[in-house]
Amino acid sequence: MASLTIRGLNKSFGSVAVLKGIDLEVKTGEFVVLVGPSGCGKSTLLAVIAGLESASSGEIRIGERVVNGVPPKDRDIAMVFQSYALYPTMTVRGNITFGMESRGVPNKVQAEALARVAGLLRIESLLNRKPSQLSGGQRQRVAMGRALVRDPELFLFDEPLSNLDAKLRVEMRTEIKKLYQRLGKTTIYVTHDQVEAMTLASRIAVMHQGLLQQFAEPRTVYDRPANMFVAGFMGSPPMNFLPAEIAPSGRAAVVSAEGNGQGPQLPLPDEVATRVTGGRRVVLGLRPENLTRYDRRWAEERPHLATIEAPVVVVEPTGAETIVVVRIGSREVIARFEANAPPSVGETVKLAVDMAKACLFDPDSEMLI
Amino acid sequence: MADTTAYDPLGAVGTWRRRQAKLIIYALLGLFALYYVVPLAVVVINSFRSLPDISHNGLISLPHSFSLDYWSSAWSKFCVGGTCNGIQPFFFNSVAMVVPATVISTAIGSLNGYVLSKWRFTGSETLFGLMTLGVFMPGQMVLLPWARVLGWLGLTNTIGGLVLIHCVQGLSFTTLFCRNYYVNIPDDLVKAARIDGAGFWRIFRKIVLPLSPPILIVTVIWQFTNIWNEFLFAVIFSSGTNQPITAALIALGTADTGVHQYGIESAAVLIAALPPLLVYLFGGRYFLRGLTQGALK
Repeated sequence: MASLTIRGLNKSFGSVAVLKGIDLEVKTGEFVVLVGPSGCGKSTLLAVIAGLESASSGEIRIGERVVNGVPPKDRDIAMVFQSYALYPTMTVRGNITFGMESRGVPNKVQAEALARVAGLLRIESLLNRKPSQLSGGQRQRVAMGRALVRDPELFLFDEPLSNLDAKLRVEMRTEIKKLYQRLGKTTIYVTHDQVEAMTLASRIAVMHQGLLQQFAEPRTVYDRPANMFVAGFMGSPPMNFLPAEIAPSGRAAVVSAEGNGQGPQLPLPDEVATRVTGGRRVVLGLRPENLTRYDRRWAEERPHLATIEAPVVVVEPTGAETIVVVRIGSREVIARFEANAPPSVGETVKLAVDMAKACLFDPDSEMLI
Repeated sequence: MADTTAYDPLGAVGTWRRRQAKLIIYALLGLFALYYVVPLAVVVINSFRSLPDISHNGLISLPHSFSLDYWSSAWSKFCVGGTCNGIQPFFFNSVAMVVPATVISTAIGSLNGYVLSKWRFTGSETLFGLMTLGVFMPGQMVLLPWARVLGWLGLTNTIGGLVLIHCVQGLSFTTLFCRNYYVNIPDDLVKAARIDGAGFWRIFRKIVLPLSPPILIVTVIWQFTNIWNEFLFAVIFSSGTNQPITAALIALGTADTGVHQYGIESAAVLIAALPPLLVYLFGGRYFLRGLTQGALK
């Protein structure tokens, strides 16, 4: 069953088209993350779903009901804002019960719902405080409490963690995931942080320039990105893109910036080789973790391994691992090394390339081949 | 909180020069303070001096006599325009005018500001621009239109007519103040409340109004002071026993006897000036705070 169905949604502000033909179907109980760079339209999409903005054209259904033109309060949704939007003059208790009061819920029911949510979020001791007396993490909890006190068809989160410091953000992320696992409510979650998207989502919708680029499980979005935008946006450090040409045999990619067919040859796995023909120009996409120092044991587990000799340009130890920038042809490429075997700058290392994980893109359309 | 350590621009120069500079600064400040205080002092002193004292020693002089009589006659006995009840009835005329005019214009201004900042519609910015134009419109320009309007409504020479004028004339200011304050209230609060099921009035009552005291204090003080002190409309659109106190003071100056009652005039002027002064003394702090404070901490 679908909790949210969007068909052919367009939204323009004046002459600026912000959303262009969005189609999205969210199944009941799914946690869908809308992710993309700022200005991609993800927050506008959420506002349209909430009814805070109206769609220029297209259909939105929540549950079975078409909600175009239905005011936000009647859409059976609850929303958490980036700024938390806690009512500054009300206590935590007042903030959480405001919605129920507005809807005329009996006092007894209100008290029960308040107690349940306060227990769930461990904010019982804060109920009589004003928002200004709360820390960032506490405000975040109260904002979630205000949403959770309803039992809506849809939960909407608009970048709820971006005002928190790095440590708290990771904690609250886990907290949100726990809550979701416990409650199993359908959730639409907007973020610009691809790590949040990967960690939280049951499905990720990647947006760019008002278009839905890809809508799939996190693993698929990461391993088989629909196009070069998605490939570059998801993952940190980002995927390396190398201009290449398919060898005449059709069984290897020749990495060659100059396009003269000269350069290191990287054999393609069979299932990839069947999709391309010899001589075709492609963009080879390699994630940093699929490029590392050659190691025989590591190699034995990976049947489609190629090797390249490359000089080291920069070494960046992060503690858990070491990010190494090497030069392949005229390109600088990011590789991931184990922390205990860092190379030194200027050294030429033998790199293992896991071609089973490589992606090929069309250089003109930028789509995955 | 404001930074309480004052910046000292002379911190880097020698003690002697600092003393010298401070001396000059305080001398100048003292001079200007004197400049503002002297007229008030003269009026206060004259309200206690006897008439012979004033005519003998001149208008500006230290008191040689002391009497409280002028205050009581100015308040309730002196004859103004044929009636001999002092300026008391006119004082209450002003109260009857300023209280409803202040309350109504502030209430509507607050509502206007709420709509223009939180419920924008096509043309709302233009509308706001036109409304604030009223801030720059001199009162003389609207005298004739108001005369016609009061005539049509049958409100000529009534306190009600003046209340109406001050409500409408004050809207530009109250709307400007409130709108610019409410603009700083995050839109997310309104959105959250809409999702919570609150409508236009409930959001205003429960969310916007509780955040409003700083700006409402500013608006009330501003409107009260301006309407109380207003003279042009008062003098043109009212006469006889319906005049507010500012207009009545003129009639006092042209008293029946032909002799200038300086003591009574001074006392009357001070009585007329008292309410705005008191408002300033008790509310001035909030006024400055409200003007400089953002909507949210």
